[in-house]
Amino acid sequence: MAAKTGRTGLIAKKLGMSRLFNEDGSTVPVTLLHVDNVRVVAKRTTDKDGYEAVQLGIGDAKPKNVSKANKGHFAKSGVEAPKKVVEFRVGSDAALEPGAKLSAAHFVAGQKVDVTGVTVGKGFAGGMKRWNFAGLEASHGVSISHRSLGSTGNRQDPGKTFKNKKMAGHLGVERVTTQNLEVAGVDAEKGLVLIKGAVPGAKGGYVLIRDAVKRARHADAPFPAAVA
Amino acid sequence: MNLLEQFEAEQLSRLTAARATPDFAPGDTVRVMVKVQEGERVRTQAYEGVVIARSNKGVQSNFTVRKLSYGEGVERVFPLYSPNVAEIQVVRRGKVRRAKLYYLRGRTGKSARIAEKLGNKADAAPKAAAAAAEA
Repeated sequence: MAAKTGRTGLIAKKLGMSRLFNEDGSTVPVTLLHVDNVRVVAKRTTDKDGYEAVQLGIGDAKPKNVSKANKGHFAKSGVEAPKKVVEFRVGSDAALEPGAKLSAAHFVAGQKVDVTGVTVGKGFAGGMKRWNFAGLEASHGVSISHRSLGSTGNRQDPGKTFKNKKMAGHLGVERVTTQNLEVAGVDAEKGLVLIKGAVPGAKGGYVLIRDAVKRARHADAPFPAAVA
Repeated sequence: MNLLEQFEAEQLSRLTAARATPDFAPGDTVRVMVKVQEGERVRTQAYEGVVIARSNKGVQSNFTVRKLSYGEGVERVFPLYSPNVAEIQVVRRGKVRRAKLYYLRGRTGKSARIAEKLGNKADAAPKAAAAAAEA
């Protein structure tokens, strides 16, 4: 496998959605992501760990919620214990030193990003909600089973329902990446990144923002990172 | 106030500083001056009708204006604080007992009338000042 290149992403907290009024009268639906005191917790190197990455932490955890093992890990790089820790693979030229603080200015307005989050849980969902099945008819003799799946297979041959048949089951709480979302604006002072449109995940959940893998890096985006 | 509320409050103060929004309620007749882009040039177009609904949710507030255009009912929803709305003029105050006047949709002519609300304080104040200046 070729060595990973490119700069680190950021971890952020999803605040919710709002609307951005531009001077020219256009409005943009935006999701507000809060880059709250994101710092480099550790560094992974090819020599020591076999791969290049930076480990980022967000927020400040209460001391009672930090395990002894983690306390030691954070003390090694001299950073406050974060609420959540995540690793981003980076190119060797984009490595960052532990303790460095990252700002929301890491991303610039107009650039495309990929955002990863854990989707809102929907519980046990039927075939219509989970797989967009059409269900049965409202009338014409359909009785009680208006939202049912319909057939799940054939007859005595093959005599079984095939594996992976789309059926009712648990929906949501799944890691999802939405690609090529546009950054509508950045407020480095408040640590806000505004993303045009929706982002996977519930309000208050953590999401990962990365440079879009399907686009060239934006010319104005700071390299290797916007260190505050 | 959390960051999201702060973000909306900042936008609201910026937008209200750019354009004042008058007090109006469902039942009122308003003239909305809408900015229309025509090639390079921007002109304003008046849209006058009865406010049949308002949705108050901070910077995302909007209101619905219904009018009859060549015998055909037309409804338009405007974002209350949109920079595309150059001005909102209150033409007439209506006396209604509902917040949403969707019942007007099925009506035309005599049955779609709304009685005028008299003695509105906000309207009376400038008129009284003008009368005092005349006397």
